[in-house]
Amino acid sequence: MEQFRLKHGLALTEERPLTTLNLGPTHPATHGIFQNILQMDGEKIVDAVPTIGYIHRAFEKIAERRPFYQITPLTDRMNYCSSPINNMGYHMTVEKLLGITIPKRAQYIRVIMMELARISDHLICNSILGVDSGAFTGFLYVMQEREHIYDIYEEVCGARLTTNMGRIGGMERDLSPKALHLIGEFLKRFPKVWAEFEKMFTRNRIFIDRTTDVGAISAERALSYGFTGPNLRATGVDYDVRVMNPYSSYEDFEFEIPVGSKGDTYDRFLVRNEEVWQSLKIIEQAYNNLPEGSYHADAPHFYLPPKQEVYRSMEALIYHFKIVMGEADIPVGEVYHSVEGGNGELGFYLISDGGRTPYRLHFRRPCFIYYQAYTEMIKGGQLADAILTLSSLNVIAGELDA
Amino acid sequence: MELTNENVLGKIIDKFGIDNIWDAVNPDGIMTFQTTRETIIDLIQYLRDDADLQIQFLTTMCGIHYPDQKDKELCMMYQLHSLRYNYRVRIKVFFPISDPVMPTLTNLYAAANWMEREAFDFYGIIFTGHPNLTRILNIEEMEYHPMLKQYPLEDQTREDKIDTFFGR
Repeated sequence: MEQFRLKHGLALTEERPLTTLNLGPTHPATHGIFQNILQMDGEKIVDAVPTIGYIHRAFEKIAERRPFYQITPLTDRMNYCSSPINNMGYHMTVEKLLGITIPKRAQYIRVIMMELARISDHLICNSILGVDSGAFTGFLYVMQEREHIYDIYEEVCGARLTTNMGRIGGMERDLSPKALHLIGEFLKRFPKVWAEFEKMFTRNRIFIDRTTDVGAISAERALSYGFTGPNLRATGVDYDVRVMNPYSSYEDFEFEIPVGSKGDTYDRFLVRNEEVWQSLKIIEQAYNNLPEGSYHADAPHFYLPPKQEVYRSMEALIYHFKIVMGEADIPVGEVYHSVEGGNGELGFYLISDGGRTPYRLHFRRPCFIYYQAYTEMIKGGQLADAILTLSSLNVIAGELDA
Repeated sequence: MELTNENVLGKIIDKFGIDNIWDAVNPDGIMTFQTTRETIIDLIQYLRDDADLQIQFLTTMCGIHYPDQKDKELCMMYQLHSLRYNYRVRIKVFFPISDPVMPTLTNLYAAANWMEREAFDFYGIIFTGHPNLTRILNIEEMEYHPMLKQYPLEDQTREDKIDTFFGR
């Protein structure tokens, strides 16, 4: 044990021995495959050594061998709680490289899908936080709402988890009447559910005691660590990519950025809670003002033609072949595009040398950044609090390891 | 001061000299320029601390490998953001693969710690002064740095897929 401590530079105490405890890698409370080797003084955490990489799948390397279209499935396996945001973030990056502007209707559909994904991401995070503090009911209650969101995904693209619903240049297909109906139903039903969920937690004495001042981080440290998204906003910094660098018509919608003040677990919970309301507001505006027009850009060189067309028209067949085989003319260039992902600024840095595949694709993954600060946030606290801190950070293993 | 590419570039060149800042381009609205290994840390500190600039947020950094560029095989890209003025800037440092050494940024940004470990893991870039420069995503026993271009993803001995059939 002493050798372990020396290897990781951990403090040796003369008075009483510290206990070494493996938190993770596979335990329901660690939400994925994260390992933390904790040094415990009784219930108090003295030090923690995090290990990641258990599900590292080398997405950045794989992307260097894949034509631009075939990278989409990699992206939705990163943050699988809100895969449409990842997909569309990547598509927008490629569109920026190609110089394609997509029609308003496609942008609004994207906004609806991205905000639904944000709701589903936040409701998992917040309800799991409830489970970790001992309240299972809320989780079961909102999980059926996630099913409804997945029903909408299924209607839009056929898949429920790894959605792949977009295309470079727009959407794969238009919203069907049934999809519109499902979204309308969701908008009617969900506020009531969310209000009840909120009531169950926000003024619950036990929950407040378990989360206030737990895993707090100051705004200054959070910025130094590169925090974004709800975790940064909980510290009081109102940075939101949707407002600062609007994409996909976000400038058309009215919404507020909720912020916290202390940056603790309770604040992160509240910020996510409020963001769900704001997302609902955005979906409602986009749904009510959905513009007429095409659901994709007029860019046959890059936008995959509808399959029916491929069987009928020679041009569509040629373009389909060229796009799928990666023979489309991709310009030389370098772009960075970021979107407000479920848990922060999700960025794509793409270098193209004009070849079939990206020369380099780097993902700026918010979870990778949060988990780095985890050690600092749990030091000096109790073991039970460390679990709550982890779930309130919303670290998704797929995105962390990418 | 309004932050435009010209203003910022002028200010940086005034401070660090034309010999240390070159090749400023604007590929996607984000000003990109090159600098040297010796300048990079002072430059990022200057961007952070200067009252007019306040470029205080390290968005991301990553390594890139260009095997065909002699003595400039490796590149380290830093992307910073001024949250106050919503201004982004990208800085690149090229250096030879025979001497893959860079100074660490961990003293300025806590975020740099894992990002540098990732660049070390993938490209073998050694960051001097880093508190714990070990592999992060791959196993420690790994003997190479997998994102380098000499390690292609597909098995190159395969003969059942011939590219010439597709005109490549």
